[in-house]
Amino acid sequence: MSQRPLSPHLQIWRWGPHMLVSILHRATGDGMALFGLGMLVWWLGALASGPEAYATFLAFAGSPIGYVLLVGLSWAFFTHMMSGLRHFVLDIGAGYELDTNRFWSIASPIIAIVLTVLMWAFILFGSGGAN
Amino acid sequence: MGNGTSLGRVRGLGSAHHGGHHWLLQRTTAISNLVLMVWLLVSFLALGDFSHANVAGWLSQPLAAVPMMLLVVSLFWHARLGLQILIEDYVHQSGTKFGLLAALNLAVIGGAAFAIFSVARLAILGTA
Repeated sequence: MSQRPLSPHLQIWRWGPHMLVSILHRATGDGMALFGLGMLVWWLGALASGPEAYATFLAFAGSPIGYVLLVGLSWAFFTHMMSGLRHFVLDIGAGYELDTNRFWSIASPIIAIVLTVLMWAFILFGSGGAN
Repeated sequence: MGNGTSLGRVRGLGSAHHGGHHWLLQRTTAISNLVLMVWLLVSFLALGDFSHANVAGWLSQPLAAVPMMLLVVSLFWHARLGLQILIEDYVHQSGTKFGLLAALNLAVIGGAAFAIFSVARLAILGTA
């Protein structure tokens, strides 16, 4: 690559919520693509292969690493979903006013964390109809 | 932003010469991801018991197997579009970029085919 001057990159700008929600969208999306799809394929493959293969998958999913992965993936899902919904609103040309844009940039990842906590609270302490 | 934003005018345009195709597919698969992931999460919460017999029994029903196959297609397609952008944004050496994009295409087709086959086997042959 030639040494042409480049436009200023990340380190030159003061960080704002808009930059955070943008890079979070990419990081969570690509994270899910690499790890989440791996888990999905393993889960489906183990289900089809029989109880023994499925037990191996469940043992991993229930291990500390498995829990970190599952909680991380659920957080990534809700974060990506919220910033994705924000993108849909921006796509129709709404929400570009500075205050509105700033508000939803901050709200999206926070709502995602709330949804993640709610989901795990339901799974761990839920009314537990099945148990 | 003014007139002339019809699909016909953007088709084939842009720096990648693909017009709005990539963007539209990304949005379309985003919507199907959203609908089908809500279905999956609700199904998980309703399942409660994650034993092999219970989950396999659930997934072998047509009304679970078909949305699961659609979800696999939608997720892998959306992931492929996203990872493609990641590669195009950060890998500037054209040979490496070509190799990574080719590997990406093969990986998503292989992964999706394996996942769909697994669901189909469960649905058609029943639990192993």
